[in-house]
Amino acid sequence: MNGKKIEPLSGNHSVAYAVRDLDVDVISSYPITPQTAIVEKLAEFIANGELDAEYIHVESEHSALSAAIGASASGARVFTATSSQGLVLMYELLFIASGLRMPIVMALVARSLSAPINIWNDHSDLMASNDTGWIQIVTTNNQEAYDLTIAAYKLSERPDISLPVMVVLDGFIQSHTIEPVELEDRDKIRSFAPKVKRKYTLDPEKPITIGALGDPEWYYEFRVQLYEALERAYKAFAEVAEEFRSYFGRYYEPYQTYYVDDSDTLLIVLGAHTGTFLKAVRAARDEGIKVGLMTIRLLRPFPHEIHKILSQYSYVGVADKAIYMGTPSGSYLASDVMTSLNIEGSSTRVISYIYGIGGRVVKLEDALYIVRNLWRISKRIEEPPKKPVFVGVRW
Amino acid sequence: MPIRIWDIPRQEYFYSGHRLCPGCGAGIIMRHLAKALGGRGIISHATGCVEVSTTYYPESSWGVPWIHVAFENAAAVASGIEAAYKVLKRKGIVDSEKEVRVVAVAGDGGTFDIGFQALSGMLERGHDVLYLVYDNEAYMNTGIQRSGSTPFGAWTTTTPPGKNWPYGEWRYKIRKDLLLVAMAHNIPYYATINPAYITDLYEKILKALSIRGPKLIHAFSPCTPGWRINDDDTIRVSRLAVQTGVWINLEYENGVVRVTTPVPRRKPVEEYLMIQGRFRHLDRKAIELIQKQVDEYVERINRLVGREVIGPVER
Repeated sequence: MNGKKIEPLSGNHSVAYAVRDLDVDVISSYPITPQTAIVEKLAEFIANGELDAEYIHVESEHSALSAAIGASASGARVFTATSSQGLVLMYELLFIASGLRMPIVMALVARSLSAPINIWNDHSDLMASNDTGWIQIVTTNNQEAYDLTIAAYKLSERPDISLPVMVVLDGFIQSHTIEPVELEDRDKIRSFAPKVKRKYTLDPEKPITIGALGDPEWYYEFRVQLYEALERAYKAFAEVAEEFRSYFGRYYEPYQTYYVDDSDTLLIVLGAHTGTFLKAVRAARDEGIKVGLMTIRLLRPFPHEIHKILSQYSYVGVADKAIYMGTPSGSYLASDVMTSLNIEGSSTRVISYIYGIGGRVVKLEDALYIVRNLWRISKRIEEPPKKPVFVGVRW
Repeated sequence: MPIRIWDIPRQEYFYSGHRLCPGCGAGIIMRHLAKALGGRGIISHATGCVEVSTTYYPESSWGVPWIHVAFENAAAVASGIEAAYKVLKRKGIVDSEKEVRVVAVAGDGGTFDIGFQALSGMLERGHDVLYLVYDNEAYMNTGIQRSGSTPFGAWTTTTPPGKNWPYGEWRYKIRKDLLLVAMAHNIPYYATINPAYITDLYEKILKALSIRGPKLIHAFSPCTPGWRINDDDTIRVSRLAVQTGVWINLEYENGVVRVTTPVPRRKPVEEYLMIQGRFRHLDRKAIELIQKQVDEYVERINRLVGREVIGPVER
């Protein structure tokens, strides 16, 4: 155990413990399932003196992010968390937080969007916000949720980045599932991610204007600078991950692959079901089905370099937990993958699978169905579909 | 002893070169707000005329730290700023003696309508923030559309007088009363201010800033293009509003309502209405209806104060 503390923690509590030890100054929160346990735990930490922070009991998610922006602009380290409708109520502010370059960290506990109302997990909320200029880190287990919340502050507050970061965990599957989580020493966390004094904050002694009117002469440059900051964040993420490894021994790449060396095809997934798909890939291997697996950890900025791996295959599959309405691929993630391949002139074809919408139970058989189907396509046993494959839906 | 005009500091913190219209009432209010804040305040500003006209990048009229985030959230942003300074002072990151007065500014749209929820949340939570609404009685930034603060009978582009709407703005009732909103939220200070009574205006802003907790100031803010008045009629129309009882300069503090500009003999409301193009279509009947509305409002305030501080109409 090398003297480390291992605690049984839910995904929500993993985030709360990280936030506590990061000495966050302001927490502005509004309850929404399945996120609520994060802000409840943080309220508890404040109530019993384990965390010295101001807790703003805002009256909506819109105000939660607004207050976070105000606090961040004043130089405070801030945190908020949300899910689903809460995130889309923040939607207006998501663009403003990134546009104003506020280093805010938010936990997004992924959940479907209304209507019909559904509190269970999929990636509709995450995907609906993937063009907002935020860095998006998708975790696959509770240890990652804990570790990457710590890394998120380090990344967010880097002066060359200064961007808001979303740390994503899957609703219920992670948020409410208890796993052993290795907790780090508070002082070590603080020396890894110390508070950075920002150059520009709202200070009566040094008046500045934030959020001015940008006319056509200027607006474009601001937006391009935001694009470039996100581009820089890709390398910065790798640097932060490397530093994290030197501090805590665990390492996180922007994407991770399993069984790529001898595989006939590759399946790309995102989030907590990585484990399910990994199990399916292993089981399929016993049948002689050689499928590799890739999990995307950094959704934004998108890891374009995956094209190098993907273009070695004739077919790759993408299993997405959200429906990209009105598009041929039906999948946000598949569209991103297609773009990466297309830019590089690759002829690799992408098969789009949709699964687990609105918390539809994902069984090992469902994952196995995808893995087997993808392999058969790659072996030309089956015709590749031209439409998304909706796995587990009743027609 | 009440403040006199030469007690208002000469030092400016709201600089010229902004793009507000000539004669804009809000400009006068912002200038004095900035003066009162001096080097000890932060402003969170909602989207609106003042926001777009004073921060045309790369220029800014503000000599006090200023932030604009969105339309409906000036109060929420201010809550975040206030909370941040509270904790940063407690942790010794910011000097605990440093004076930081947080102010949220919004127009009537950003207050009566879209920003009402955030305002209520901020007042209810008890943040040490002054919220100032400059009320020009319509959405002037987008070009004179009706807001929740538009008075009965006023022409706007979304309440044009016509066959079905003879008087334009159609609802015959007094708009949302921010005094009652303040009372309902049990806040320590509420005041109304008017650019024609500048010492009263300045004194109330200073006083509000000295009180801990959530404060609400409602400012009468004439809009020359929206109200169809001459550029040099801003002060005249502001004064007429008070002299006719359309606007009452008052203060609510520790449960007591006090009128700061008593009007022993009121002028008929017609004098206020007739110098504004937005009321030009009104007939005798409509003017009488408005007079009745104002009479009722005056009576309510007199009752709250406990004596007749605003007198009867004298023709």
